[in-house]
Order: sequence, then C-alpha cells, then structure tokens
Amino acid sequence: MAEQPTDLETRVGPKIEFRGDPFASRLSSFPWWFLGLILIAVWAVFIITTQESYREAFDFIKQGIPVTIYITLISFTLASVIGLMAGLARISRSVVLRNIGTFYIEVIRGIPMLVLIFYLALVAVPSVVDGMNAFGEWLDGNGLGFLGGIFLAIENKNVPLEARAVIALAVTYGAFMAEVFRAGIQSIGRGQMEAARSLGMSYAQSMRYVILPQAVRNILPALGNDFVAMVKDSSLVSVLAVRDITQVARLYAGRSFRFAEAYTIIAVMYLTMVVLLSLLVQLIERRLRANE
Amino acid sequence: MSDPKNMIIEAVDIYKYFGDVQALNGVSLTVEAGKVIVVVGPSGSGKSTLLRCINYLETPTSGEIYIDGQLMTNDQRILNETRAEIGMVFQLFNLFPHLTAQENVTLAQNVVRGRSKEEAQEIAMQQLERVGIPEKADVKPAQLSGGQQQRVAIARALAMNPKIMLFDEPTSALDPEMIKEVLDVMLDLAQEGMTMVCVSHEMGFARAAADEVIFMDNGLIVEHTTPDGLFNNPQEERTKLFLSQILQH
Ligand SMILES: Nc1ncnc2c1ncn2[C@@H]1O[C@H](COP(=O)(O)OP(=O)(O)O)[C@@H](O)[C@H]1O
Ligand SMILES: [Mg+2]
Repeated sequence: MAEQPTDLETRVGPKIEFRGDPFASRLSSFPWWFLGLILIAVWAVFIITTQESYREAFDFIKQGIPVTIYITLISFTLASVIGLMAGLARISRSVVLRNIGTFYIEVIRGIPMLVLIFYLALVAVPSVVDGMNAFGEWLDGNGLGFLGGIFLAIENKNVPLEARAVIALAVTYGAFMAEVFRAGIQSIGRGQMEAARSLGMSYAQSMRYVILPQAVRNILPALGNDFVAMVKDSSLVSVLAVRDITQVARLYAGRSFRFAEAYTIIAVMYLTMVVLLSLLVQLIERRLRANE
Repeated sequence: MSDPKNMIIEAVDIYKYFGDVQALNGVSLTVEAGKVIVVVGPSGSGKSTLLRCINYLETPTSGEIYIDGQLMTNDQRILNETRAEIGMVFQLFNLFPHLTAQENVTLAQNVVRGRSKEEAQEIAMQQLERVGIPEKADVKPAQLSGGQQQRVAIARALAMNPKIMLFDEPTSALDPEMIKEVLDVMLDLAQEGMTMVCVSHEMGFARAAADEVIFMDNGLIVEHTTPDGLFNNPQEERTKLFLSQILQH
C-alpha cells in the first residue's frame, strides 16, 4: 500500500513565488497536472466513441466494474472491523492481546501483498475450513451433532474465489488499518478516558461512546486514503480469476490480442476512480476542518 | 465497616509510586458524609494523586480505599458501580467535545444508570439549570467559555446523583472573571450537604465552605484541621511557608 498524499496539491511540489508578477505567479501555481488528467479523460471518451476496437474492448471490460466495486466495498468494510479489533488489541492492557495484535501486523507487513493474496486465498482459507470440518466431525462423533452441523456447513468446494479474495484483501488491509485506528485512538487525550471512567462507564463503553467517535473523525481522511489504495490493490484479486476489471481486461487482451485497447481502458478506469475518490476524501477533510 | 458516624470515604495508609517517584507516602484520611474537605499544598505534593486514588483512577501501590464501606479493588464491576457514586471534576474540564452540553450530561445516565432518553434529558436540563446555563444545552463545548465548560462538567457529574464529589483544582485553568461562577456552584452544593473533597487554593471558598482543611507536602498529610486552624494558626513550618507564598498573590 503506497502512501498517498491526502492533499492533491502536495504532489506538485514546492510553491514557487514570482514576486511582482501576478500573471506569472498564477501560471506557476495553476494545477496543470489536473488539466492533464482531464485531457486524458476527454481523450479516452473520444477514442472509445470513435474507434471501433476501443469501443468493443470497453463494452467487454465494463462488465468487470461492478465486481471491482463490490469486492472493494465488502473487503474494506471487513478490513475496517479487523483493523479496529487489531488496533484495540495493540493498545490493550492484556499482554496476550497486545502480542497477538503486533504479531498479526508484523507478519502481514513482512510479506508482499501478491504472495499474501495467494497464500490467504489458496492455503489459509482452505486450511481453516478443513480444520472447522474436522472439528465438526469430531463433535458429531461425540454425540454433539447439533453443534457439529455449524462447523460442517461450509465446505471448501463451496467457498467461491470471490469470497476468498475478499478475505485475503480484508486480512491484508486489516493490518494497515490497525495502525491507523491505533494512532487515532492514541491521539485522543487521556483525560477523555478518565472522565468517562470516572462516571462509571466501562472501558468498552468509554471506547464506544467517547473515544472512538472522536478517533474515527480524526482518521477519516486516512481511512479514505486506504479506501482509494484498496480500489487499486483490488486488481490483485485477478490472480484468483475473480472477474474484476483487471481480470476481464486480461481475458479480453489474451483472446483478441488488443493489448493497447484493453490495458489503456483499465488504466483510465482506475485513474478515474482514484482521482474522483481522492477529491471526495479531500472534500470530506475540508468539511471536517470547517466544522471544528 | 460499620461506623456510627458514617465515614463515606476511608483511605487507609495509601502509598503510590510512579516508578521512582513517590507521589503518596502513607496517607490516611476519613471523610464523614456531608462534610466538605479542602486540600491545599504545593505543586507535586500528591493532591491529585490522592483524589485519583479515591476513585481508583490510579491504583494505590499499597493501602486500602473504602467508599461507603465498599473496598475498592480492580474488579471492574465493583469499580464501575462505585465510580458512578463518585463525581469527579477535572482541572481541564474534560468535556466530551463531540457531544453537546446536554449530551455530555445524558451519556453516562443513559449508559451507566440505564435511564431512558427522556428521563436522562429531563435530569440533564435540571442540572444545567442548577449550574445556571440551561440555554447552552445544544451547544458543543468548543463554543463555551472555560467557566461554562466547567459548570457543564459539574452538571455531568451531578446528574449521576453521586454521594461524593471530587474536585481537582476546578478553577485553576479559568480566567479570573470566571472563577466566581464556578465557586458559586460549588458553594451551593456544599450548602446542600454534598460530601466534597476539593483540591483548591481559593481561600475564600475554603473559609466559606470547608469543614476541614488538609495541607499536603511530599506525599504526606502535614496538617489536617479546621479552616481557621490552618489559615490563622498553622502548626508546622512547612505550612506557614506555603501559606505565606500563596497569600502573597
Ligand atoms: N501518571 C504519572 N506518572 C508519573 N509521575 C506522576 C504521575 N502522576 C503524578 N506523578 C508525580 O507524582 C507526584 C505528585 O503529583 P500530583 O499528585 O499530580 O501532585 P499535585 O496534584 O499536588 O500537584 C509528582 O511528582 C508528579 O510528577
Ligand atoms: Mg494536581
């Protein structure tokens, strides 16, 4: 997951001052890069509407858009839950929980994302399901069939690749998001937890009603950036033959040998999604700042 | 612990170390229900730590705290139940900034006392009226002055119907013109018979409200007497020195 500058402006580098020449100054601070992006979009629309081969490629590849979107949305939701729990574990008073949290994060960080996707989807998920099945059979054998049924309900052959992809992405991103949640929680002053506890609220209640609402608000831009990054990294699930836009484009290119068409179209698709979402994140950030 | 005089707070031989720092060096204190105790002493003498040990925000290194006969332990159920009976007011208010004044006052009523939303809101309004700012009910803490924030914090604590109120320098972060509005609320509370332990260097308040005054130094209670006894007739050199320093201002 590459680090993303929250503010698109920061990507243009240092601000250069032209003293005494407002026109030159305006020229130098104009977001030319954004104009470039818009030109790419216009150019893409133009070739898709005018060139037969691009239009065909686009019509084929666009069937992957819903898959990319729902894989990203479900994975991100799951990753947020995992990230929150791992983040809480990292700052827990329990030595065991703290170590489990740190272990998980360090393991995920130490393995390339592509390898993790393969490993989680093709090794970890089947092993866990096998283990559950074995446990269910053991329960069955010990006269606890009603409980065993729960563990026998899922079988490896019934776990679709989409589900494995979602689990793989969520477990991977959960580790990154755990650090975001941890930092967000720790950014809230000690006095807040003390005030809540002094009123008789439990640790969990204090987290739920006092700390997390403030922490999540503070980390909303960071979470937004993670979401944007995940849109891009969702392309990795194509290696599991999940038919997202990357996979559909690969299929199309392999069959028609129209590599330029296929890859140009998905590149523009990702770029469009990422730029629009980044703008949205910025908008949310401004709103939050204005409301402070 | 059955006392004829109903000692609502009993701290027995409390030691508290933070690493090498000895914040409390064997403090014992009993507070009778309905009494107002004012604690004074130089910075770093352990006043806050004593207050925070009473409601177990800090766990004493050794020693025992009884609240209304209940021994405090780190058992979370006992801790939460007992803390609900002890209101605490902090130097820096510690209002919940994401909630309005009224929501600040309803949250724990709802979550801890299990009161319905309507009931909690009604009680919140009564408490906000009591501290004199019902018109600020829907305002977030950031829009309130320091004095108003501290009064909301007092209302938040009072809404739980506590048996004890702890105040840790409630006016020392306030601009001078706002000190009186907070002290007036505290004075009312004292006259209504609330049990209060107040760390405060407001001599006027101590003279008007305190039944007993404690002078602390180096993690010890050096003198424990009446306001008149401490301010007009201090026994210990350390007390005299301290009083001469704060009375200069
Ligand atoms: N959380 C803490 N960690 C380390 N040292 C602390 C902590 N809280 C208080 N102390 C130390 O304990 C001593 C007493 O502090 P405190 O009770 O805050 O004094 P007071 O409220 O009288 O100014 C001081 O030396 C202070 O530095
Ligand atoms: Mg203090």
